[in-house]
Amino acid sequence: MSLDRRRWLAAAGASLGSLWLAGCDKLVANSTFNGVLKVAEKWSQGAQRLVTDRNALAREFAAADISKDFKPNGTMRPQDPAYQTLLAENFAGYRLTVDGLVEQPLALTLAEVRAAPSRTQITRHDCVEGWSSIGKWKGARLSALLDRAKLKPEARYIVFHCADTLDPSATDGAGMYYESIDLIDAYHPQTILAYQMNDAVLPVRHGAPLRLRVERQLGYKHAKYVMRVEAVASLDGIGRGQGGFWPDRGYEWYAGI
Amino acid sequence: MADKPAKVLVRRHSGVTRVTHWLNVLAVSLLLMSGLQIFNAHPALYWGHKSTFAEPWVSMKKEEVGGEARGITTVGGLRFDTTGVLGWSGKEGAREQRGFPSWATVPSYRSLADGRRWHFFFAWLFAINLAVYWLWGLAGGHVGRDLLPTRAQLKPRHFLHEIAAHARLRFPKGEEARTYNVIQKITYLLVVAVLLPLMVATGLSMSPGFNAALPGLIDVFGGRQSARTIHFLAAGGIVIFIIVHLLLVVLSGAWNNLRSMITGRYAITVEGDRP
Repeated sequence: MSLDRRRWLAAAGASLGSLWLAGCDKLVANSTFNGVLKVAEKWSQGAQRLVTDRNALAREFAAADISKDFKPNGTMRPQDPAYQTLLAENFAGYRLTVDGLVEQPLALTLAEVRAAPSRTQITRHDCVEGWSSIGKWKGARLSALLDRAKLKPEARYIVFHCADTLDPSATDGAGMYYESIDLIDAYHPQTILAYQMNDAVLPVRHGAPLRLRVERQLGYKHAKYVMRVEAVASLDGIGRGQGGFWPDRGYEWYAGI
Repeated sequence: MADKPAKVLVRRHSGVTRVTHWLNVLAVSLLLMSGLQIFNAHPALYWGHKSTFAEPWVSMKKEEVGGEARGITTVGGLRFDTTGVLGWSGKEGAREQRGFPSWATVPSYRSLADGRRWHFFFAWLFAINLAVYWLWGLAGGHVGRDLLPTRAQLKPRHFLHEIAAHARLRFPKGEEARTYNVIQKITYLLVVAVLLPLMVATGLSMSPGFNAALPGLIDVFGGRQSARTIHFLAAGGIVIFIIVHLLLVVLSGAWNNLRSMITGRYAITVEGDRP
């Protein structure tokens, strides 16, 4: 091949490559195209729900498998004054609110949460970034708390409102962390509000005093610093309407994959 | 003129092969690039169930070396300076810490959420396309007829001969070119029966929802982090296949090969009057 021809081919290859990339970047910004891509989330959720028993358990591990370097992510220490006050008095003034579409709203002290029916499990925590850590969790079964509050029949989702502002730059009031799950995951036996990690009191960087464990989904669903559990019929009007802090920022609401 | 060599067009690829091939080109290229975007969210690989953050077996990151930022890639105990490509890349003066460079990812800028959305959409396309190919390939006889090597082709003598011919870039001509040669058959089988299904299986193994549905699958790979590593390695195998495949397509007659994958017709030179 002559040098000219080679140079021409290289140039043609490079410009085709950058056209392809620029095209992809354009499509990423195109809302119609994104809408098309988003159907895959519904397919994944539908397919997984179809082939998975609603009570099928996430794998549980042995004590020897527990990670010594369990990685905290998201907020490590909430700077919100209300949380700082609670933390300063070791959560003596903390109340877990359970409200929304329930017959019997609750406001539970930590002692009351610890006295509720509990479950202990050693599970793998899968971050959306790709890493995994294994930890031991003990917490109150969410199903028992919801039964005590008596869900109204129109309740479809359980929303977890958290104490931490993860995006201080959000001007629309959607900077606080929150997450939501449907009733299948809410009533799953491994879904707990954990107050213990690896046989010790849940550390602040992992979400003290309470964090959600929803073991068949990725880490960002496992809301930390949970203050309020709200039963709702629709996710509209909460945050930016997508059902969670990260879903509001483009991540899937269904994070089973 | 019955005895003069003549060029004839033969039916080479069926409609299903051609359509699934080009859908696969689209899906695999976007899966590779969105996959690297996802990899970049945590550019390190581990073996087993969990991440051992201090000891990844592969990592790509920015490090200060003698007061200067360099891209350092580690593989096992080996360290490589990969500045400009892996770990630390971008235009001079605007370099950033990222596993793979922007020209290799979709989107080109860092966005795990967008990368995932693309990856899962095209993963569905890829898996459905692969399933259609296999159902048709088994039911319609394509796999048995065109891909499984014949007994004669598997004889060591023939096999070695084919390897030697390939190495000298001498490709089958005439009647021999009507069917795939044994190296083609084995390579294609390796891709469609091993590498591509392995991508689906290791991909599904990384899904915590799917783990609960089918706990046995992840054990086949030795845990979620092993599955992620194998997913990455198998993708590398596909990239190597694509490079060699494209080279051979060009060297053995670019236009003839391309036409056969578009119109289905492939030109061969035959002696005598047999079309």
